[in-house]
Amino acid sequence: MLKKVNTFWFSIVLAFVFYGIIQLLISTAMLNPFYTNTLIFICINIILAVSLHLVIGITGQFSIGHAGFLALGAYISAIMTMKLGMPFSVALIAGGIVAALAGLVVGVPSLRLRGDYLAIATLGFAEIIRIIFLNIDYVGGAAGMQVTHATTWTTSFLCLILTIVVIANFTNSRHGRACISIRENEIAADAMGINTTYYKVAAFVIGSFFAGIAGGLYAHNFYIIQPVNFGFLKSFDILIFVVLGGLGSLSGAVVSAILLTIVSTFLQGLPETRMIIYSLVLVMVMLYRPQGLMGTREITDYFGKWGRVKGGNQYGG
Amino acid sequence: MEWLQQLFNGISLGSIYALIALGYTMVYGIIKLINFAHGEVFMIGSFTGFYAIAFWGLGFFPALILSMAVCAVFGVLIERIAYKRLRSSTRIAALITAIGVSLLIQYVVIYIRGAQPEAYPNVLPNRSFDIFGVQISSQSLLILLVSVVLMIILQFIVHRTKIGKAMRAVSFDPDAAKLMGINVNNTISATFAIGSALAGAAGVIFGVYYTKIEPLMGIIPGLKAFIAAVLGGIGIIPGAVIGGFVLGIVETVVSALGLSLWRDAAAFIILILILIFRPSGIFGKNSKEKV
Repeated sequence: MLKKVNTFWFSIVLAFVFYGIIQLLISTAMLNPFYTNTLIFICINIILAVSLHLVIGITGQFSIGHAGFLALGAYISAIMTMKLGMPFSVALIAGGIVAALAGLVVGVPSLRLRGDYLAIATLGFAEIIRIIFLNIDYVGGAAGMQVTHATTWTTSFLCLILTIVVIANFTNSRHGRACISIRENEIAADAMGINTTYYKVAAFVIGSFFAGIAGGLYAHNFYIIQPVNFGFLKSFDILIFVVLGGLGSLSGAVVSAILLTIVSTFLQGLPETRMIIYSLVLVMVMLYRPQGLMGTREITDYFGKWGRVKGGNQYGG
Repeated sequence: MEWLQQLFNGISLGSIYALIALGYTMVYGIIKLINFAHGEVFMIGSFTGFYAIAFWGLGFFPALILSMAVCAVFGVLIERIAYKRLRSSTRIAALITAIGVSLLIQYVVIYIRGAQPEAYPNVLPNRSFDIFGVQISSQSLLILLVSVVLMIILQFIVHRTKIGKAMRAVSFDPDAAKLMGINVNNTISATFAIGSALAGAAGVIFGVYYTKIEPLMGIIPGLKAFIAAVLGGIGIIPGAVIGGFVLGIVETVVSALGLSLWRDAAAFIILILILIFRPSGIFGKNSKEKV
């Protein structure tokens, strides 16, 4: 037990050492704004990937509407800072809370559905959220909304650490194991006395909350937010992080979010090529390695003695 | 009379949705896969029709038939290359593959010819008739007629031919059908061919009716046709037709009320309501889940 706790604090310290090094590089201007921006963007994408990982990878609920919650967090936090003059931290939390509430509203009816139907329903909800923002003149309609730049490396890294710690610990708790049992076999989980609806909605709400936080960071990093940015393709971008990394692997989601963000930064000038590569990768992975790059394993499994975040290891690790 | 006019417009739009929805519903009925790439088959059909009319100077009907043929082959290719080896894998894997195939087709088309839209040439004579105060163009009448004829042909194929019988048998129970000597693989391919041909026809009709086509045109009609299929009860052929017409009429009514920006939202709201209150659709039967 003590060893477990020590590993946890060791990882936290390691993360903050990494943070300090990057911060030092930024403040001494060794890293130019382009790289800083890419790092922030990587943090946002990891938060999105990890939050969707909880819904798809751990609980097994196939949601393809994650961009809707991202949009909600982005718009709410932008309204808080730009229209109401609130500080950025309050705006971030407000974005997260509103997204979580939306997750609750969306989750309660749609999580009665399974598989394909759930996917389509979440897609529908995300589209409805986007169309609502498109039609509200208060937030600029289709033209979008100007937002100040407030996201820094510090805020995005703190949010990232918070997301990973919460979701990793959730996964390792009895609640997380309940979620995994739902993923493995919902009927069996139900028969074992697990309140499947409760856990599905809980996972969905937590996932939406962090997507909302990511939305706040996203909005305050890009100067402008438009409904166009939160369409189906954005949901697909997030989905591919999770699928490529391996459904059920937290570190897989993190690694693929990092890799794909770097790749897409380099392919920024060639959006078609990027999409062709993305979709080919997706099809190839599904055809030849449907469990994703990492399966349900974690990076730490390869090092043995480190603490593990168990996403339900079906290979017996 | 205003309302009668809107009703007619809605039925024209609905016939396009219905044609696409038929493909969704047939494929879902037989292999339980939401073929997300179906909207892209529709787009390919529309472009085939465009090139046939604009560059080879074909008329409407030859272009329609050519585009149906191209789409049938294309649909079978997609099935054989991407979906066939997924039959035994999880539903999520199949769905993700379908999304991937759909995006791949869209962006390969953009990569080849660019994203700019294309204006559909006017191939049909356009005169307006005045029936009971409703303005009906000969074009939309012909389009409606073509859709209805195609649906009747489909009904004939499914219920009166050997391949139709095989299709119904496979969708009822693939294993039993196999034991009875039905070639399941060929039957599934035939389903894809027929569904895709209908989507191709819908593509040409859409082009003639709306006169503007682009590589990403398949996404929204594809999603809406899927909604139509769910509305009517997915896997049920008459359900898809009725669902398509209902959706088309609702959308035109929403636009006529001056809420055209909310038109897309209306379709999704219908989807969510139907999924919550009657997930098996208008014509569907409730089935209990078995362990």
